[in-house]
Amino acid sequence: MLKRGNVTTKLIGVGALVLAVAACGAPPAKETQTGAAGTAKSASDLGGMDKLVEAAKKEGKLNVIALPPDWANYGEIIKAFEAKYGIKIDSAQPDASSQEEINAAKQLKGNDRAPDVFDLGLNVALANKDLFAPYKVSTWDDIAKELKDADGAYYGDYGGFMSIGYDAAKVPAPTSVKDLLKPEYKGKVALNGDPTQAGAAFNGVVMASLGNGGSADDIAPGVEFFKQLKQAGNFQPVDPSPATIESGQTPVVIDWDYTNAAQTEKLKGKMDWKVVVPAEAQLGAYYNQAISKDAPHPAAARLWQEFLYSDEGQNLYLKGMSRPVRLEKMGDKADKAAKDKLPKTDGKQVFQTQAQADKAKAVLTATWAQAIG
Amino acid sequence: MGSLVKQRVLRTVVLLVLGVYFILPLIAMAEFSTRGKGGSRSLESWTSIVDDDGLMEALVNSLLLSVTSALLMLVLLVPTMAWIRLRLPQLQRLVEFLCLLPLAIPAIVLVVGMAPLYAWVNYFLGDSPLTLTFAYTILVLPFAYRAIDAGLAAIDLKTLSEAARSLGASWFTVLWKVVVPNIRVALIGASLLSVALVLGEFTIASLLNFDTLQVQVNLLGKRNAGVSIAVSLLCLLFAFVLLFALSYVGQRRRQTVVEE
Amino acid sequence: MTSVAPVATTPGGSTPKKSGAAGRPSAAAWLVAVPFLAFVGIFLVYPTILVLFGAFQDSNGGLTLDNLTTLFTGVVFDAFVRSIELSALTAVIGAVFGALLTWAVAVGNPEGMLRRVVVAASGVLAQFGGVPLAFAFLATIGFEGLVTKFLRDNVGIDIFAGSAWLFDLPGLTLVYTFFQIPLMVIVFLPALDGLRPQWREANASLGGTSWTYWRHVGGPILTPPFLGALLLLFANAFSAYATAAALVSQGSPIVPLQIRGFLTGEVVLGQENLGKALGLGMVIVVSIAMGVNVLLQRRVAKWVR
Repeated sequence: MLKRGNVTTKLIGVGALVLAVAACGAPPAKETQTGAAGTAKSASDLGGMDKLVEAAKKEGKLNVIALPPDWANYGEIIKAFEAKYGIKIDSAQPDASSQEEINAAKQLKGNDRAPDVFDLGLNVALANKDLFAPYKVSTWDDIAKELKDADGAYYGDYGGFMSIGYDAAKVPAPTSVKDLLKPEYKGKVALNGDPTQAGAAFNGVVMASLGNGGSADDIAPGVEFFKQLKQAGNFQPVDPSPATIESGQTPVVIDWDYTNAAQTEKLKGKMDWKVVVPAEAQLGAYYNQAISKDAPHPAAARLWQEFLYSDEGQNLYLKGMSRPVRLEKMGDKADKAAKDKLPKTDGKQVFQTQAQADKAKAVLTATWAQAIG
Repeated sequence: MGSLVKQRVLRTVVLLVLGVYFILPLIAMAEFSTRGKGGSRSLESWTSIVDDDGLMEALVNSLLLSVTSALLMLVLLVPTMAWIRLRLPQLQRLVEFLCLLPLAIPAIVLVVGMAPLYAWVNYFLGDSPLTLTFAYTILVLPFAYRAIDAGLAAIDLKTLSEAARSLGASWFTVLWKVVVPNIRVALIGASLLSVALVLGEFTIASLLNFDTLQVQVNLLGKRNAGVSIAVSLLCLLFAFVLLFALSYVGQRRRQTVVEE
Repeated sequence: MTSVAPVATTPGGSTPKKSGAAGRPSAAAWLVAVPFLAFVGIFLVYPTILVLFGAFQDSNGGLTLDNLTTLFTGVVFDAFVRSIELSALTAVIGAVFGALLTWAVAVGNPEGMLRRVVVAASGVLAQFGGVPLAFAFLATIGFEGLVTKFLRDNVGIDIFAGSAWLFDLPGLTLVYTFFQIPLMVIVFLPALDGLRPQWREANASLGGTSWTYWRHVGGPILTPPFLGALLLLFANAFSAYATAAALVSQGSPIVPLQIRGFLTGEVVLGQENLGKALGLGMVIVVSIAMGVNVLLQRRVAKWVR
């Protein structure tokens, strides 16, 4: 009944068609990534800032990715850049992780919609250095040596500390990480993502480790803490978002201080959302800025970098409650009012090195599923 | 008849229970989106929707996309499926498998394979979100196939087509004047699913960096939680009204078919 | 509804013994199928092959079977088992309740308001998912949800007394049925519409009861589309990603979430090919489900004769 011969012929036909398409490879590149703007390593390569602005305006568009409006004040930064230079910014995939930014760059290569610039966690930046175009901004010397790649492929733009955000009306103020195990927090504590996948959540577990006798080298106490949190019934496996915070579904959130602080601003009047960085567990980290090697708008991408690292850009980061990378060197130029609002972090501040992070990751992936499962 | 009463009771119970089950979450969404400061009710989330201009453009794009995807799906599927039933039964299983394959692969994986293809599509056809038609038609295949298959199974396709052919009709007439009117319900169902799918699809549009309705809604939601829920609810209501109106479209044609 | 009353032959859809006029279809007959096959070949088969090819590669581009062997171990294998459980359960629940709802609608007025409303609502809700659905469910039955609070304050029942089941399989099952049932309605309605009222009358006039009607007429006609819809619901739940992603943020209990972790995770890098291997695993599971469906159809057809 089933004429296998005919079906096979049909399948071969389809297969041949498929292979023919596959043989075509990628379409010819449109933009000249090899043009002047595409290979400029600093503004002076193009003949100065004015020439850079001119070239960027000519391109007229910039593609950014993974920049939520309430993350380190990116909403305002994007608007300020658009207003200042008249360049339209297309903000795609605000929820994307650092890895998804790289995926988008690879998948959309050669396309006009491919991302021009990245804002990445350190490990993703390290792993994908060959996708970046080195570029040194005019304020390059202000950036601390350990926070930048020597060639200028990527460098820190802003950072913050891991914090506990909470609804002051619903729960008492936590003074330490261990406080969260108390019965008043039952069913209320949420972590921003899965630590084996999301950088923010990973750092949350490291912070918990610091608050439970661990160190930057040892993440096991952190995993143990979350295990106890789950057993006590305090841990809620919901992904916190502005919506869940506002609706009261997640009254306690472990996340970066600038993300939590952004909610305080937004919910003023509706909710008393407070942020505290635990005194015994101050874990900080910086995010990193990079330009895509295949950026469809190379001049605009470089202008964006210059803007972010200018006093104006850095102050906008500060306004978003994050610590801009040039904060120390800026001195008086920093926005004092915003600086005073930053969550207090005196005492021992811990920054994990990549080696420590890698070791912690290995331990985490081996033990997290059983601890939480 | 006792069985008629039993039938009525069962019917009412089913409709009531399932009605409540579906309405409750929608009520919860409405409740959250109308919360004001300090425990009051306010329509602020709803009124601020109109402030966003990107939303209008994205809405138009999505509507156009739903039309093009539904059309492409109908044009590809209906003749093929009818023909396969009549003349090429060997292909039945293959087509059924191909129409189930899009569901076997989650969108995030499918995009990895589609992205290089879209590099070519965008090279030839430009950057418009309407190029998503191809991807969406593929996505809707499983649902449309099942609906149309149920419709074709319910009519006696072989007899109808043979009768029409023996009266001298061309194959096109058979398809257009005999098959299509008889599977009207199935076609409408397939189109409904197609429109609803396009209006609700987020993953592929987002990963390919296109600007459709759901992508814009998601971006809107980042800024304001109440607004995002209000917009989601609005999208549901909008799609509902659209599909409700669509159910009247088939009716007008019906008047011309029933002539005996 | 139709202009030509069909002759009551065997329910349409079974393979005719002689295909039309000629025994073997001509070359021209194949041409009609070409547009569809070409389209699907380019936009579906090609991306699938690209992805599945990655399943056999390691991070340096060399060929390896390591990704495939990982499929049968530890967390990944558990995820497959749980995915299949979840999909099968929600498919059956969705199919049964969906069929009931479809029946409740089909026996009513074909031009009536109830039918229009239910069909339009089903079309919309069948594709409702992702973040809004997860949020709606949390708002209804989460820790601070409307129903939870109502039950706790007014009736004294705490539905979460035992555990936070909402974020585990029971919760996912509840959420998934929200779009499975409407999908069933849309896909099954054309089949129910095909049941002629004359057949019911004929059964009654021959002295049969409701039971004999369903056993000898309704059942056999409805079973193939029912099983087909069941398969669709299974595949739909199996690959549903957006809703689970929004609801479950800790751990990856089901396969699509595992894939998400491998493809987009920023903590442990370099596992994209493992994600693709899981994609291959999913294709295999769905193919097996399809095979089971074919067997069931044949078995039922024999039993009915």
